[in-house]
Amino acid sequence: MSSIGTGYDLSASTFSPDGRVFQVEYAMKAVENSSTAIGIRCKDGVVFGVEKLILSKLYEQGSNKRIFNVDRHVGMAVAGLLADARSLSEVAREEASNFRSNYGHNIPLKYLSERVAMYVHAYTLYSAVRPFGCSFILGSYDQDDGPQLYMVDPSGISFGYWGCAIGKAKQAAKTEIEKLQMKDMTCRELVKEVAKIIYIVHDEVKDKAFELELSWVGEVTNGKHELVPKDIRVEAEKYAKSLNLKGIIRKYCTNQVCKALRDLPRKNHFLKALCVYGSNSGFLCATRLLAF
Amino acid sequence: MCLQESLSNVSLYLMCLYLHFTHRYYVSSKTINKLIQVHDRIFCCIAGSLADAQAVTKAAKFQISFHSIQMESPPLVKAAASVLKELCYNNKEELQAGFITAGWDRKKGPQVYTVALGGMLLSQPFTIGGSGSTYIYGYADAKYKPDMSREECLQFATNALALAMGRDNVSGGVAHLVVITEEGVEHVVIPGDKLPKFHDE
Repeated sequence: MSSIGTGYDLSASTFSPDGRVFQVEYAMKAVENSSTAIGIRCKDGVVFGVEKLILSKLYEQGSNKRIFNVDRHVGMAVAGLLADARSLSEVAREEASNFRSNYGHNIPLKYLSERVAMYVHAYTLYSAVRPFGCSFILGSYDQDDGPQLYMVDPSGISFGYWGCAIGKAKQAAKTEIEKLQMKDMTCRELVKEVAKIIYIVHDEVKDKAFELELSWVGEVTNGKHELVPKDIRVEAEKYAKSLNLKGIIRKYCTNQVCKALRDLPRKNHFLKALCVYGSNSGFLCATRLLAF
Repeated sequence: MCLQESLSNVSLYLMCLYLHFTHRYYVSSKTINKLIQVHDRIFCCIAGSLADAQAVTKAAKFQISFHSIQMESPPLVKAAASVLKELCYNNKEELQAGFITAGWDRKKGPQVYTVALGGMLLSQPFTIGGSGSTYIYGYADAKYKPDMSREECLQFATNALALAMGRDNVSGGVAHLVVITEEGVEHVVIPGDKLPKFHDE
Protein backbone atom coordinates (compact mmCIF):
# COMPACT_ATOMS: atom_id res chain seq x y z
CA MET A 1 0.00 0.00 0.00
CA SER A 2 2.62 2.54 1.03
CA SER A 3 6.12 2.51 -0.38
CA ILE A 4 8.94 2.00 2.09
CA GLY A 5 11.61 4.65 2.13
CA THR A 6 14.54 2.33 2.84
CA GLY A 7 17.40 4.58 3.69
CA TYR A 8 15.87 7.85 2.53
CA ASP A 9 13.42 8.04 5.36
CA LEU A 10 15.73 8.27 8.34
CA SER A 11 15.70 12.03 8.71
CA ALA A 12 13.65 14.96 7.55
CA SER A 13 16.72 16.50 5.94
CA THR A 14 16.88 13.84 3.19
CA PHE A 15 15.02 13.73 -0.10
CA SER A 16 14.24 10.41 -1.72
CA PRO A 17 15.22 9.87 -5.40
CA ASP A 18 11.62 10.51 -6.45
CA GLY A 19 11.54 13.83 -4.65
CA ARG A 20 9.66 12.99 -1.44
CA VAL A 21 10.50 13.71 2.15
CA PHE A 22 9.38 10.50 3.83
CA GLN A 23 9.52 11.77 7.38
CA VAL A 24 6.86 14.35 6.57
CA GLU A 25 4.70 11.69 4.94
CA TYR A 26 5.09 9.44 7.98
CA ALA A 27 4.01 12.38 10.12
CA MET A 28 0.85 12.65 8.03
CA LYS A 29 0.25 8.94 8.62
CA ALA A 30 0.34 9.66 12.34
CA VAL A 31 -2.52 12.07 11.79
CA GLU A 32 -4.47 9.44 9.91
CA ASN A 33 -4.28 7.12 12.90
CA SER A 34 -6.13 9.56 15.11
CA SER A 35 -9.88 9.98 15.30
CA THR A 36 -11.66 12.45 13.06
CA ALA A 37 -12.02 16.17 13.49
CA ILE A 38 -14.01 18.39 11.15
CA GLY A 39 -14.51 22.10 10.75
CA ILE A 40 -17.14 23.78 8.59
CA ARG A 41 -17.60 27.44 7.78
CA CYS A 42 -21.10 28.76 7.24
CA LYS A 43 -22.38 32.20 6.40
CA ASP A 44 -22.21 33.57 9.94
CA GLY A 45 -19.65 31.45 11.76
CA VAL A 46 -17.51 28.33 12.04
CA VAL A 47 -18.39 25.03 13.75
CA PHE A 48 -15.90 22.37 14.89
CA GLY A 49 -16.72 18.75 15.64
CA VAL A 50 -14.30 16.18 17.06
CA GLU A 51 -14.85 12.46 17.52
CA LYS A 52 -13.06 11.92 20.81
CA LEU A 53 -12.52 8.19 21.39
CA ILE A 54 -12.86 7.14 25.00
CA LEU A 55 -10.09 4.68 25.73
CA SER A 56 -11.00 4.06 29.33
CA LYS A 57 -14.18 4.24 31.39
CA LEU A 58 -12.17 5.92 34.12
CA TYR A 59 -11.67 9.12 32.15
CA GLU A 60 -13.43 12.17 33.50
CA GLN A 61 -16.02 13.48 31.09
CA GLY A 62 -14.70 16.41 29.12
CA SER A 63 -11.04 15.63 29.76
CA ASN A 64 -8.40 15.33 27.02
CA LYS A 65 -9.91 18.16 25.06
CA ARG A 66 -9.08 18.30 21.38
CA ILE A 67 -10.47 21.76 20.72
CA PHE A 68 -8.40 24.67 21.99
CA ASN A 69 -8.94 28.38 22.36
CA VAL A 70 -6.10 30.22 20.71
CA ASP A 71 -7.43 33.72 21.19
CA ARG A 72 -10.82 35.01 22.14
CA HIS A 73 -12.02 34.84 18.56
CA VAL A 74 -9.98 31.84 17.31
CA GLY A 75 -10.55 28.14 17.89
CA MET A 76 -8.32 25.18 16.98
CA ALA A 77 -9.39 21.57 16.48
CA VAL A 78 -6.59 19.00 16.25
CA ALA A 79 -5.92 15.47 15.04
CA GLY A 80 -2.75 13.43 15.47
CA LEU A 81 -0.30 13.26 18.32
CA LEU A 82 -2.02 15.21 21.09
CA ALA A 83 1.17 16.27 22.78
CA ASP A 84 2.48 17.86 19.57
CA ALA A 85 -0.88 19.54 19.08
CA ARG A 86 -0.84 21.00 22.59
CA SER A 87 2.57 22.56 22.14
CA LEU A 88 1.49 24.00 18.77
CA SER A 89 -1.57 25.52 20.38
CA GLU A 90 0.78 27.32 22.78
CA VAL A 91 2.79 28.57 19.80
CA ALA A 92 -0.39 29.84 18.16
CA ARG A 93 -1.45 31.54 21.40
CA GLU A 94 1.86 33.34 21.67
CA GLU A 95 1.66 34.50 18.07
CA ALA A 96 -1.83 35.87 18.59
CA SER A 97 -0.83 37.54 21.84
CA ASN A 98 2.29 39.16 20.39
CA PHE A 99 0.34 40.43 17.44
CA ARG A 100 -2.22 42.04 19.69
CA SER A 101 0.52 43.56 21.82
CA ASN A 102 2.32 45.04 18.81
CA TYR A 103 -0.57 46.11 16.62
CA GLY A 104 -3.44 46.69 19.02
CA HIS A 105 -6.09 44.51 17.33
CA ASN A 106 -7.19 40.88 16.85
CA ILE A 107 -4.91 38.79 14.71
CA PRO A 108 -6.44 38.01 11.30
CA LEU A 109 -6.76 34.24 10.85
CA LYS A 110 -4.97 34.08 7.52
CA TYR A 111 -1.91 35.64 9.08
CA LEU A 112 -2.05 33.44 12.19
CA SER A 113 -2.33 30.25 10.16
CA GLU A 114 0.59 31.34 7.97
CA ARG A 115 2.75 32.06 10.99
CA VAL A 116 1.98 28.72 12.68
CA ALA A 117 2.40 26.91 9.37
CA MET A 118 5.84 28.51 9.01
CA TYR A 119 6.73 27.23 12.47
CA VAL A 120 5.53 23.71 11.63
CA HIS A 121 7.47 23.85 8.37
CA ALA A 122 10.68 24.76 10.17
CA TYR A 123 10.61 21.38 11.89
CA THR A 124 10.60 19.61 8.52
CA LEU A 125 13.96 21.02 7.50
CA TYR A 126 16.44 19.53 9.96
CA SER A 127 17.58 16.10 10.97
CA ALA A 128 17.96 17.09 14.60
CA VAL A 129 14.20 17.41 15.10
CA ARG A 130 11.20 15.47 13.88
CA PRO A 131 8.17 17.00 12.14
CA PHE A 132 5.04 17.64 14.20
CA GLY A 133 2.68 14.67 13.99
CA CYS A 134 -0.55 16.63 14.00
CA SER A 135 -2.83 18.56 11.69
CA PHE A 136 -5.12 21.22 12.94
CA ILE A 137 -8.02 23.32 11.81
CA LEU A 138 -8.19 26.97 12.81
CA GLY A 139 -11.43 28.91 12.71
CA SER A 140 -12.41 32.44 13.62
CA TYR A 141 -15.14 35.00 13.22
CA ASP A 142 -14.64 38.72 12.80
CA GLN A 143 -17.26 41.39 12.28
CA ASP A 144 -15.60 42.80 9.18
CA ASP A 145 -13.87 39.79 7.63
CA GLY A 146 -16.62 37.32 8.53
CA PRO A 147 -15.98 33.64 9.30
CA GLN A 148 -12.64 32.09 8.27
CA LEU A 149 -11.40 28.48 8.28
CA TYR A 150 -7.81 27.34 7.70
CA MET A 151 -6.13 23.97 7.97
CA VAL A 152 -2.42 23.33 8.63
CA ASP A 153 -0.84 19.95 8.03
CA PRO A 154 2.52 18.49 9.16
CA SER A 155 4.26 19.59 5.98
CA GLY A 156 3.69 23.20 6.97
CA ILE A 157 1.22 24.36 4.36
CA SER A 158 -2.03 26.08 5.16
CA PHE A 159 -5.10 26.51 2.99
CA GLY A 160 -8.41 28.25 3.51
CA TYR A 161 -11.53 26.09 3.35
CA TRP A 162 -15.29 26.15 3.51
CA GLY A 163 -15.18 22.71 5.11
CA CYS A 164 -12.39 20.28 5.93
CA ALA A 165 -11.76 17.04 7.78
CA ILE A 166 -8.67 15.47 9.32
CA GLY A 167 -8.06 12.10 10.93
CA LYS A 168 -8.89 8.51 10.10
CA ALA A 169 -12.28 9.03 8.47
CA LYS A 170 -11.40 12.19 6.64
CA GLN A 171 -12.39 10.85 3.21
CA ALA A 172 -15.84 9.77 4.37
CA ALA A 173 -16.28 13.01 6.26
CA LYS A 174 -15.25 15.06 3.23
CA THR A 175 -17.86 13.27 1.13
CA GLU A 176 -20.52 14.15 3.68
CA ILE A 177 -19.35 17.74 3.96
CA GLU A 178 -19.50 18.19 0.20
CA LYS A 179 -23.18 17.36 0.30
CA LEU A 180 -23.91 20.37 2.52
CA GLN A 181 -24.83 23.82 1.28
CA MET A 182 -22.82 25.51 3.98
CA LYS A 183 -22.76 28.94 2.39
CA ASP A 184 -26.48 29.31 3.07
CA MET A 185 -26.60 27.77 6.53
CA THR A 186 -26.47 29.42 9.92
CA CYS A 187 -24.42 28.16 12.84
CA ARG A 188 -27.42 26.67 14.62
CA GLU A 189 -28.35 24.53 11.60
CA LEU A 190 -24.74 23.62 11.02
CA VAL A 191 -24.16 22.33 14.56
CA LYS A 192 -26.69 19.58 13.94
CA GLU A 193 -25.13 18.66 10.61
CA VAL A 194 -21.64 18.50 12.12
CA ALA A 195 -22.87 16.17 14.85
CA LYS A 196 -24.57 14.04 12.21
CA ILE A 197 -21.38 13.76 10.16
CA ILE A 198 -19.31 12.70 13.15
CA TYR A 199 -21.86 10.03 14.03
CA ILE A 200 -21.88 8.80 10.44
CA VAL A 201 -18.11 8.46 10.13
CA HIS A 202 -17.64 6.90 13.52
CA ASP A 203 -16.73 3.25 13.14
CA GLU A 204 -18.83 1.25 15.62
CA VAL A 205 -16.94 -1.96 15.02
CA LYS A 206 -13.36 -0.82 15.48
CA ASP A 207 -13.84 1.93 18.06
CA LYS A 208 -16.40 1.60 20.79
CA ALA A 209 -17.40 4.57 22.85
CA PHE A 210 -16.77 8.11 21.81
CA GLU A 211 -17.53 11.58 23.09
CA LEU A 212 -18.57 14.29 20.69
CA GLU A 213 -16.79 17.59 21.25
CA LEU A 214 -18.52 20.50 19.56
CA SER A 215 -17.49 24.12 19.50
CA TRP A 216 -18.41 27.18 17.51
CA VAL A 217 -17.53 30.79 16.90
CA GLY A 218 -19.70 33.25 15.05
CA GLU A 219 -22.37 35.87 15.24
CA VAL A 220 -24.31 33.58 17.57
CA THR A 221 -21.50 33.79 20.14
CA ASN A 222 -20.64 37.43 19.41
CA GLY A 223 -17.30 36.52 17.92
CA LYS A 224 -16.16 34.47 20.93
CA HIS A 225 -14.97 30.91 20.42
CA GLU A 226 -16.55 28.57 22.96
CA LEU A 227 -17.85 25.03 23.41
CA VAL A 228 -21.41 24.61 22.22
CA PRO A 229 -23.81 24.95 25.19
CA LYS A 230 -24.98 21.65 26.69
CA ASP A 231 -28.63 21.91 25.61
CA ILE A 232 -27.75 22.65 21.97
CA ARG A 233 -25.22 19.84 21.96
CA VAL A 234 -27.73 17.34 23.37
CA GLU A 235 -30.26 18.41 20.72
CA ALA A 236 -27.66 18.04 17.97
CA GLU A 237 -26.67 14.59 19.18
CA LYS A 238 -30.30 13.51 19.24
CA TYR A 239 -30.71 14.70 15.65
CA ALA A 240 -27.50 12.93 14.66
CA LYS A 241 -28.51 9.63 16.24
CA SER A 242 -31.95 9.69 14.64
CA LEU A 243 -30.44 9.90 11.16
CA ASN A 244 -27.63 7.49 11.67
CA LEU A 245 -29.10 4.61 9.69
CA LYS A 246 -25.76 3.39 8.48
CA GLY A 247 -24.63 3.07 12.07
CA ILE A 248 -27.68 1.04 12.96
CA ILE A 249 -27.26 -1.28 10.02
CA ARG A 250 -23.58 -1.74 10.68
CA LYS A 251 -24.34 -2.53 14.27
CA TYR A 252 -27.10 -5.05 13.75
CA CYS A 253 -26.41 -6.70 10.45
CA THR A 254 -23.35 -8.55 9.29
CA ASN A 255 -25.00 -9.92 6.17
CA GLN A 256 -23.20 -8.67 3.06
CA VAL A 257 -26.44 -8.24 1.20
CA CYS A 258 -27.83 -5.94 3.84
CA LYS A 259 -24.77 -3.79 3.71
CA ALA A 260 -26.07 -2.66 0.37
CA LEU A 261 -29.08 -1.21 2.19
CA ARG A 262 -26.84 1.45 3.63
CA ASP A 263 -26.80 3.37 0.41
CA LEU A 264 -30.55 3.43 -0.13
CA PRO A 265 -32.77 6.32 0.88
CA ARG A 266 -34.66 5.56 4.07
CA LYS A 267 -38.12 5.00 2.68
CA ASN A 268 -36.92 2.21 0.39
CA HIS A 269 -35.31 0.16 3.11
CA PHE A 270 -38.31 -1.77 4.29
CA LEU A 271 -39.54 -2.47 0.78
CA LYS A 272 -36.20 -3.65 -0.49
CA ALA A 273 -35.52 -5.75 2.56
CA LEU A 274 -38.76 -7.65 2.27
CA CYS A 275 -39.30 -7.85 -1.47
CA VAL A 276 -35.87 -7.97 -3.00
CA TYR A 277 -33.55 -9.39 -0.43
CA GLY A 278 -35.98 -11.28 1.68
CA SER A 279 -33.26 -12.92 3.74
CA ASN A 280 -33.69 -13.40 7.43
CA SER A 281 -31.23 -10.70 8.29
CA GLY A 282 -32.82 -8.38 5.78
CA PHE A 283 -36.15 -8.79 7.52
CA LEU A 284 -34.46 -8.28 10.86
CA CYS A 285 -32.87 -5.08 9.64
CA ALA A 286 -36.09 -3.72 8.29
CA THR A 287 -38.00 -4.44 11.48
CA ARG A 288 -35.32 -2.82 13.55
CA LEU A 289 -35.47 0.23 11.32
CA LEU A 290 -39.21 0.40 11.68
CA ALA A 291 -38.89 0.06 15.42
CA PHE A 292 -36.51 2.93 15.41
CA MET B 1 7.62 73.58 19.96
CA CYS B 2 4.76 73.76 17.62
CA LEU B 3 1.06 73.34 17.53
CA GLN B 4 -0.45 70.22 16.12
CA GLU B 5 -4.06 69.58 15.56
CA SER B 6 -5.90 66.67 14.07
CA LEU B 7 -9.56 66.20 13.38
CA SER B 8 -11.57 63.33 12.16
CA ASN B 9 -15.02 63.41 10.62
CA VAL B 10 -17.22 61.30 8.43
CA SER B 11 -15.20 61.00 5.27
CA LEU B 12 -11.94 62.76 5.79
CA TYR B 13 -9.27 63.37 8.28
CA LEU B 14 -7.30 66.55 8.53
CA MET B 15 -3.96 67.19 10.07
CA CYS B 16 -2.30 70.52 10.30
CA LEU B 17 0.95 71.64 11.67
CA TYR B 18 3.20 74.60 12.18
CA LEU B 19 6.49 74.51 10.45
CA HIS B 20 8.53 76.07 13.13
CA PHE B 21 11.43 74.73 15.08
CA THR B 22 13.16 76.59 17.85
CA HIS B 23 16.13 75.95 20.02
CA ARG B 24 15.66 77.84 23.29
CA TYR B 25 14.80 81.34 21.99
CA TYR B 26 16.48 80.98 18.64
CA VAL B 27 14.36 80.05 15.69
CA SER B 28 16.32 77.32 13.87
CA SER B 29 13.88 76.88 11.04
CA LYS B 30 10.54 78.26 9.94
CA THR B 31 9.92 75.61 7.33
CA ILE B 32 10.61 72.25 8.94
CA ASN B 33 8.22 69.42 8.12
CA LYS B 34 6.58 67.89 11.14
CA LEU B 35 4.00 65.87 9.25
CA ILE B 36 5.55 62.51 8.50
CA GLN B 37 3.84 60.02 6.22
CA VAL B 38 4.16 56.54 7.73
CA HIS B 39 1.98 54.83 5.13
CA ASP B 40 -0.21 55.63 2.12
CA ARG B 41 -3.14 56.84 4.19
CA ILE B 42 -1.54 57.32 7.61
CA PHE B 43 0.27 60.45 8.79
CA CYS B 44 2.02 61.37 12.00
CA CYS B 45 2.43 64.78 13.65
CA ILE B 46 5.57 64.86 15.75
CA ALA B 47 6.31 66.83 18.90
CA GLY B 48 9.00 66.99 21.53
CA SER B 49 12.61 66.37 20.67
CA LEU B 50 12.59 66.28 16.88
CA ALA B 51 15.65 64.09 16.73
CA ASP B 52 13.92 61.44 18.83
CA ALA B 53 10.69 61.83 16.92
CA GLN B 54 12.37 61.43 13.55
CA ALA B 55 14.25 58.33 14.71
CA VAL B 56 11.08 56.77 16.06
CA THR B 57 9.02 57.51 12.95
CA LYS B 58 11.76 56.09 10.75
CA ALA B 59 11.67 52.80 12.69
CA ALA B 60 7.87 52.84 12.78
CA LYS B 61 7.63 53.49 9.04
CA PHE B 62 9.75 50.42 8.35
CA GLN B 63 7.77 48.21 10.74
CA ILE B 64 4.42 49.36 9.40
CA SER B 65 5.44 48.85 5.80
CA PHE B 66 6.72 45.33 6.57
CA HIS B 67 3.54 44.54 8.49
CA SER B 68 1.41 45.78 5.62
CA ILE B 69 3.26 43.57 3.12
CA GLN B 70 2.94 40.50 5.37
CA MET B 71 -0.77 41.10 5.85
CA GLU B 72 -1.23 41.80 2.13
CA SER B 73 -3.48 44.75 2.92
CA PRO B 74 -3.05 48.38 4.01
CA PRO B 75 -2.42 48.66 7.75
CA LEU B 76 -5.08 49.75 10.21
CA VAL B 77 -4.52 53.19 11.72
CA LYS B 78 -4.74 51.49 15.11
CA ALA B 79 -1.93 49.14 14.16
CA ALA B 80 0.31 52.04 13.09
CA ALA B 81 -0.44 53.91 16.29
CA SER B 82 0.28 50.76 18.33
CA VAL B 83 3.67 50.36 16.65
CA LEU B 84 4.57 53.92 17.64
CA LYS B 85 3.24 53.34 21.13
CA GLU B 86 5.37 50.22 21.60
CA LEU B 87 8.48 52.14 20.53
CA CYS B 88 7.68 55.06 22.85
CA TYR B 89 6.75 52.92 25.84
CA ASN B 90 9.61 50.44 25.65
CA ASN B 91 12.17 53.21 25.31
CA LYS B 92 10.57 55.79 27.51
CA GLU B 93 13.77 56.43 29.51
CA GLU B 94 15.72 57.54 26.46
CA LEU B 95 13.04 59.22 24.35
CA GLN B 96 11.18 62.47 24.56
CA ALA B 97 8.72 62.40 21.69
CA GLY B 98 4.98 62.45 21.34
CA PHE B 99 2.83 61.81 18.28
CA ILE B 100 -0.56 62.31 16.82
CA THR B 101 -1.23 59.45 14.43
CA ALA B 102 -4.15 59.74 12.14
CA GLY B 103 -5.41 58.44 8.86
CA TRP B 104 -7.97 56.37 7.02
CA ASP B 105 -8.43 52.61 6.86
CA ARG B 106 -11.01 50.35 5.27
CA LYS B 107 -12.25 48.91 8.56
CA LYS B 108 -13.10 51.97 10.68
CA GLY B 109 -12.68 54.86 8.29
CA PRO B 110 -10.98 58.06 9.54
CA GLN B 111 -9.45 57.88 13.01
CA VAL B 112 -7.19 59.95 15.28
CA TYR B 113 -4.89 58.50 17.95
CA THR B 114 -2.63 60.32 20.42
CA VAL B 115 0.57 58.69 21.56
CA ALA B 116 1.74 60.65 24.58
CA LEU B 117 5.32 61.04 25.85
CA GLY B 118 5.42 57.95 28.08
CA GLY B 119 3.65 55.73 25.58
CA MET B 120 -0.06 56.16 26.31
CA LEU B 121 -2.34 55.41 23.35
CA LEU B 122 -5.71 57.08 23.15
CA SER B 123 -8.31 57.30 20.41
CA GLN B 124 -10.15 60.61 20.11
CA PRO B 125 -12.48 62.36 17.65
CA PHE B 126 -10.03 65.25 17.53
CA THR B 127 -6.91 66.21 19.42
CA ILE B 128 -4.47 69.10 19.80
CA GLY B 129 -0.88 69.10 21.00
CA GLY B 130 2.31 71.08 21.24
CA SER B 131 3.23 74.24 23.09
CA GLY B 132 0.71 76.45 21.29
CA SER B 133 -2.15 74.07 22.02
CA THR B 134 -2.66 75.38 25.54
CA TYR B 135 -4.02 78.61 24.12
CA ILE B 136 -6.71 76.99 22.00
CA TYR B 137 -8.25 74.29 24.19
CA GLY B 138 -11.24 76.52 24.78
CA TYR B 139 -11.63 77.36 21.12
CA ALA B 140 -11.29 73.75 20.02
CA ASP B 141 -13.76 72.41 22.60
CA ALA B 142 -16.29 75.10 21.77
CA LYS B 143 -16.06 75.04 17.99
CA TYR B 144 -15.65 71.32 17.28
CA LYS B 145 -18.73 69.43 16.22
CA PRO B 146 -18.89 65.87 14.87
CA ASP B 147 -19.53 65.17 11.16
CA MET B 148 -18.19 68.41 9.78
CA SER B 149 -17.72 68.75 6.03
CA ARG B 150 -14.29 69.07 4.45
CA GLU B 151 -14.49 72.87 4.19
CA GLU B 152 -15.75 73.31 7.76
CA CYS B 153 -12.96 71.06 8.97
CA LEU B 154 -10.28 73.03 7.10
CA GLN B 155 -11.70 76.29 8.41
CA PHE B 156 -11.76 75.01 11.97
CA ALA B 157 -8.17 73.84 11.75
CA THR B 158 -6.88 77.01 10.11
CA ASN B 159 -8.63 79.23 12.65
CA ALA B 160 -7.31 77.23 15.56
CA LEU B 161 -3.77 77.34 14.20
CA ALA B 162 -3.97 81.06 13.55
CA LEU B 163 -5.17 81.76 17.09
CA ALA B 164 -2.44 79.65 18.64
CA MET B 165 0.29 81.11 16.47
CA GLY B 166 -0.93 84.57 17.44
CA ARG B 167 -0.50 83.98 21.18
CA ASP B 168 2.39 81.51 21.47
CA ASN B 169 5.80 83.16 21.16
CA VAL B 170 7.56 79.96 20.10
CA SER B 171 5.02 79.06 17.42
CA GLY B 172 4.70 80.55 13.98
CA GLY B 173 5.88 80.34 10.42
CA VAL B 174 3.86 78.27 7.96
CA ALA B 175 0.74 76.20 8.53
CA HIS B 176 0.82 72.80 6.86
CA LEU B 177 -2.41 70.85 6.53
CA VAL B 178 -2.99 67.38 5.13
CA VAL B 179 -6.40 66.10 4.07
CA ILE B 180 -6.60 62.28 4.02
CA THR B 181 -9.52 60.49 2.41
CA GLU B 182 -10.14 57.06 0.93
CA GLU B 183 -9.29 58.50 -2.48
CA GLY B 184 -5.98 60.06 -1.57
CA VAL B 185 -3.93 62.60 0.29
CA GLU B 186 -3.94 66.38 -0.29
CA HIS B 187 -1.49 68.88 1.14
CA VAL B 188 -2.54 72.44 1.91
CA VAL B 189 0.18 74.94 2.84
CA ILE B 190 -0.72 78.38 4.21
CA PRO B 191 2.04 80.90 4.84
CA GLY B 192 1.77 82.86 8.09
CA ASP B 193 0.68 86.12 6.50
CA LYS B 194 -2.22 84.43 4.66
CA LEU B 195 -3.77 82.99 7.83
CA PRO B 196 -7.11 84.43 9.06
CA LYS B 197 -6.72 87.52 11.21
CA PHE B 198 -8.23 87.78 14.68
CA HIS B 199 -8.37 90.48 17.34
CA ASP B 200 -5.23 89.35 19.13
CA GLU B 201 -3.00 91.92 17.45
